[in-house]
Amino acid sequence: MSETQKCCCGGKNPLEQLDQALVKYKGDKGTLIPALQEAQNIYGYLSKEVLERIACTLEIPISQIYGVVTFYSQFHLNPRGRNIIRVCAGTACHVRGGKAILKAIEDKLGVPAGATTSDLRFTIETVACIGACGLAPVMMINDDTHGRLTPEHVVEILERYK
Amino acid sequence: METVTLTVDGKQVTVPASASVLEACKAAGIKIPSLCYHPELRAEGACRVCVVEIEGVRALPASCVYPVAEGMKVKTNTQRVRKARKTVVELLLANHPDDCLSCQRNLNCELQTIASDLGIREKRFPGEKKKHPLDANNPSLVRDQEKCILCGRCVRACTERQGVNIYSFANRGFDTTVVPAFNQGLDQVPCTYCGQCSSVCPTAAIVEKDDTDLVFAAINDPTKHVIVQTAPSVRVALGEALGMKPGEAVTGQMVAALRRLGFDRVFDTDFSADLTIMEEGAELIHRIQTGGVLPQITSCSPGWVNFIELLYPDLLPHLSTAKSPQQMFGAVVKTYYAEKAGIDPKDIVSVSVMPCTAKKAEAIRPEMRDSGYQDVDYVLTTRELGRMIREAGIEFAQLPAEEFDAPMGISTGAGVIFGSTGGVMEAALRTVAEVLTGKELGCIEFQAVRGLQTMREATVQVGDLPVKVAIVNTLKEARNMMERVRKGEADYHFIEIMACPGGCISGGGQPVPVNPDIRKARQAAIYECDRDAVLRKSHDNPAIKELYDTWLGKPMGEKAHHLLHTHYHPQTRG
Repeated sequence: MSETQKCCCGGKNPLEQLDQALVKYKGDKGTLIPALQEAQNIYGYLSKEVLERIACTLEIPISQIYGVVTFYSQFHLNPRGRNIIRVCAGTACHVRGGKAILKAIEDKLGVPAGATTSDLRFTIETVACIGACGLAPVMMINDDTHGRLTPEHVVEILERYK
Repeated sequence: METVTLTVDGKQVTVPASASVLEACKAAGIKIPSLCYHPELRAEGACRVCVVEIEGVRALPASCVYPVAEGMKVKTNTQRVRKARKTVVELLLANHPDDCLSCQRNLNCELQTIASDLGIREKRFPGEKKKHPLDANNPSLVRDQEKCILCGRCVRACTERQGVNIYSFANRGFDTTVVPAFNQGLDQVPCTYCGQCSSVCPTAAIVEKDDTDLVFAAINDPTKHVIVQTAPSVRVALGEALGMKPGEAVTGQMVAALRRLGFDRVFDTDFSADLTIMEEGAELIHRIQTGGVLPQITSCSPGWVNFIELLYPDLLPHLSTAKSPQQMFGAVVKTYYAEKAGIDPKDIVSVSVMPCTAKKAEAIRPEMRDSGYQDVDYVLTTRELGRMIREAGIEFAQLPAEEFDAPMGISTGAGVIFGSTGGVMEAALRTVAEVLTGKELGCIEFQAVRGLQTMREATVQVGDLPVKVAIVNTLKEARNMMERVRKGEADYHFIEIMACPGGCISGGGQPVPVNPDIRKARQAAIYECDRDAVLRKSHDNPAIKELYDTWLGKPMGEKAHHLLHTHYHPQTRG
């Protein structure tokens, strides 16, 4: 633990799992993105504390880490919902009423696309195409694909995810 | 050195094989417009303004990052090149605010100059504008991301030159920004306020906080006695802000201009630089003779002081407890001078002109009130003084030279060399050597400590004692030195550290642009001021002698301790 005690974040260690994960990345170049991915797998998102610990351990300036995290859409700085809704905004879904699907979800959950409900149940995202144009309008919730949606139908589907 | 010969616009030029096409063009006497390129930072090829045509190369490469090759044929002035450059700049203007006339960098903006040089006369692309709040929550710098053209020079200056790594590119596409981590303000991150980012910024995206209105208001207040002190390096750079060529010492005109601006007394920070030498020198002798913490490190540069307080607080015992010349001056002006002149210190407004943005933060440190008032009320950078002189309509170049006021305008050559890297060390050596040996020095110019390299070391024989010294400039080099001190590998007696490259001559508040030639010219002017000085050793300054004899007592004495020394402490931010 001497390394973490030396670390500027110091103190008791709620980040123990992260520290264990980071051991294998220390001292190597080009390990920032895998380290960020692993940290996000552990905590669901990348908090300031987590990023500061990664900065200390890998000796990479926190500003540069922030740059990488905000560049890639795979990384998230805020807590995410237990269920991730991806509403397709691609061409086929758009012409078949994708916008109304998104609006129905936003209205039902009370948060806009890109946001997470305060109970952390859902995060709403839009994607450009999920390759299921034949089922348009379409959305994914976690790994499930839901097609030929109507605004009414969508609200029912949401009930299945707690 | 391996060289290659190439042709630029039909003209043969031979350059080092490692040169870029842009450098080859420069060697051929051809100016290539550029924005992200900076002669002292790694070339990045981000802005694409410097494109040229190269025979056999299909696209138009960015010359700043394109390496030269034997027999290469470069064309810099074709219709295709001009059109491409123009389009690049037009696209930058598409989301740039249209407020040139009221912008702090009006007439001193690289984007404006390039737009003008390239003959852009219409806004072809009325683009979406960026919306960002101002970052103005710190005393030194103001960041306006709406004016940022994403050239990345500040990122490179802060990373490569200073090693502080405050800025990074964040987000992507139209949303790309240059920000500190988590888009926090500079007051929330370990920014030293050195201002090197503002020195390299081509636009007004990072500028000094402007305090000129506050100073004009103080001058206009008839109940106030407004005094001003000018830092050593201001006199060798101010001329540039007023259209003169680099390397002219304009001391006399500067004094005259300050009187015309309406300051009641025009004093000199060189006076308190001499005073700093008396205290810091006495402290060094004391540490050497009593086995105190060595190496002793200078504390004049507030960017450096912020750096050690933020990043190496465990090494603070090495820092001299002597205040910086600005703050010594402030403490003395509202006590000694007030008493002598019979003025109530509450009616004195103490203004300083500094090459430095970090000095603004230093002046408002809560411990800098030993006079019972804020010792220095307002800090202006050289750039701000230049603007005040313009605003007042003073024909600077035509002013007759005038002298500083006594007693706090009396100084020596040792005071003025504080403006350059190595100067504090040399001034200290001149005094410490004579005080320790009791003998007058033969040669007082310590060439071994002069120069512009970011790290220099020397051993100077003082009587029986070989004094080992090091001179460091830039915070990147300071970090290297701190690592050595921490490991016990820095067996020096005395280290001078300045945050900015070359010391105050290219401080973050000095006129822009700064490049190696300009820095050299300013440094030469500083040493010329020293050579021309009648007195060149701080302890020979009659005004300093009088101050100690009649009022202060001894260096490091009780009164001096109270007014001229301070304690530095760890800082945390965010």
